[in-house]
Amino acid sequence: MSNMLSGFMDWVNDRFPLKELWENHLTKYYAPKNLNFWYYFGSLAFLVLVIQIVTGIFLAMSYKPAADLAFGSVEYIMRDVNWGWLIRYMHSTGASFFFIVVYLHMFRALLYGSYKKPRELLWIVGMFIFVLLMAEAFLGYLLPWGQMSYWGAQVIISLFGAIPYIGEDLALWIRGDYVVSDVTLNRFFSFHVIAVPLILVGAVVIHLMALHHVGSNNPDGIEIKKKKGPDGVPLDGIPFHPYYTVKDLVGVAVFLIIFSIVVFYAPEMGGWFLERDNFLPADPLKTPEHIAPLWYFTPFYAILRAVPDKFLGVVAMGAAIVVLFLLPWLDRYQVKSIRYRGPVYRVALAVFVVSFIGLGYLGTIPATPVATFFARLFSVLYFLFFLLMPFYPRWDKVRPEPERVTK
Amino acid sequence: MSGEVDKRRRQALIATAGVVGGAGVVAALVPFVESMEPSAKAQAAGAPVEVDISKLAPGEELTVEWRGKPVWVLRRTPRMLKTLEEVRDQLKDPESKQSIQPEFARNEHRSLKPEYLVVIGICTHLGCAPTFRPDEAPADLGPQWKGGYFCPCHGSRYDLAGRVMKGSPAPTNLVVPPYRFLSDTRLLVGAETESA
Repeated sequence: MSNMLSGFMDWVNDRFPLKELWENHLTKYYAPKNLNFWYYFGSLAFLVLVIQIVTGIFLAMSYKPAADLAFGSVEYIMRDVNWGWLIRYMHSTGASFFFIVVYLHMFRALLYGSYKKPRELLWIVGMFIFVLLMAEAFLGYLLPWGQMSYWGAQVIISLFGAIPYIGEDLALWIRGDYVVSDVTLNRFFSFHVIAVPLILVGAVVIHLMALHHVGSNNPDGIEIKKKKGPDGVPLDGIPFHPYYTVKDLVGVAVFLIIFSIVVFYAPEMGGWFLERDNFLPADPLKTPEHIAPLWYFTPFYAILRAVPDKFLGVVAMGAAIVVLFLLPWLDRYQVKSIRYRGPVYRVALAVFVVSFIGLGYLGTIPATPVATFFARLFSVLYFLFFLLMPFYPRWDKVRPEPERVTK
Repeated sequence: MSGEVDKRRRQALIATAGVVGGAGVVAALVPFVESMEPSAKAQAAGAPVEVDISKLAPGEELTVEWRGKPVWVLRRTPRMLKTLEEVRDQLKDPESKQSIQPEFARNEHRSLKPEYLVVIGICTHLGCAPTFRPDEAPADLGPQWKGGYFCPCHGSRYDLAGRVMKGSPAPTNLVVPPYRFLSDTRLLVGAETESA
């Protein structure tokens, strides 16, 4: 029996590099042995991607992308389709968890300088994935055709209208109609279920290829490839499989427990994961009292609202994302990890985190004068974190990196 | 045939093939990009709308739908037109410098003929539908109120020319759509000139 199997494997390997792929990416791919808690979120992001794709395929079997049918078909999924409620709640909860996991994944890079040389492209591809993810979430949010779906899309598409000269025509082209309509819903469905996911999966493959080419960074921020044993294996490296596959499975188990608690007990998360106004069908003649995007967009939405000018607001919001792409070149530290950076970086990062969360909160509440004041303050701090970054090393006390990874 | 490669010739061929192929790709993109423009059906729904205003009495308003949006046609009385001067110092943009309208409506009465006001009935704040309140100094809107439009969502106030008042969250005056008069009693909303 085992002879037959190995004979079959030899037959395959002569025709397809299965063994080679398995070894290069798993059993002979060496990751630093000191990866910690923060390194769970890459594999978890992949897990959520799979959850979204699988649940999405099944939702598309019952959903109808037409203005007069969409809202009803979502209710049909929730009430009449066997297990439809579970599949839909997994998908809607998955969207929020995707952003939780990705934000933590990105924060890890800020902690350990994972975007620094030689991982600049890895970071940029990752940022593209983040932008695609935001597009995917925005497109998907129109599909239930609730009040918030409709007016959220109206507001976001109007943002393109703020671009001088071409803006109005561009907004018209995106909508395919003079107002957000059936036409818009139909094309958003097309983008959401095929165009963006296809590019997203491709970008994830490129992200992983770039990662496996340069190797994982680690909490000490030193290159394990610099110290290799006589066999050519990094002294501080351990095979990804079985060591990290098993470690990541623990992360998966904990993640699924938390995910299940939300799906089963708090799928709306008190209006944070599913907004209340979205349980009303879209009404093009009546605007909701207060329009707010879902929580994962609110930091950027708060920056938009903090600027009194419509066009400059759009520019500021765009710049808040573009500046992240430039991170590898803004960070001029000689050491990667926060462990060997001094108090300046630690304080700056803490201020940044407070600003980001503060903006996220302010983006959910109406723009009162007090809220606007804080939104402006946090917006300035958000940008200062990046713009002052080249100067941090000059003011900071940097400690030498160790030769080998520490515990 | 010599074994030598003519590199210049090869470069020229690559460049030519690249340019021609690139032009082909761009040409092939056109149908896809243009397929996303409003379809003939959407354009038909967005086509100009003819309005019969013969039965509109002074002081009355009617609503027509154009491109899925409500368009108001108000026949103003001489008294209503007089209020436009009286409220002038309460306005954010009395000259309509920041607001959207065809050139012909960039005046105090914001219209082609002073008697008829034609505006899109969508608040420039967040897109709610304001209500028509021609009554002067009603209890709920205060003694300053000379008639106009009031948005129930966030309290934006407009005068009888759709001009926004100071203190309203709305940034600009109500939008005036392109329109023209086909005759004294027929109005065409959605087109300024013959061709459009």
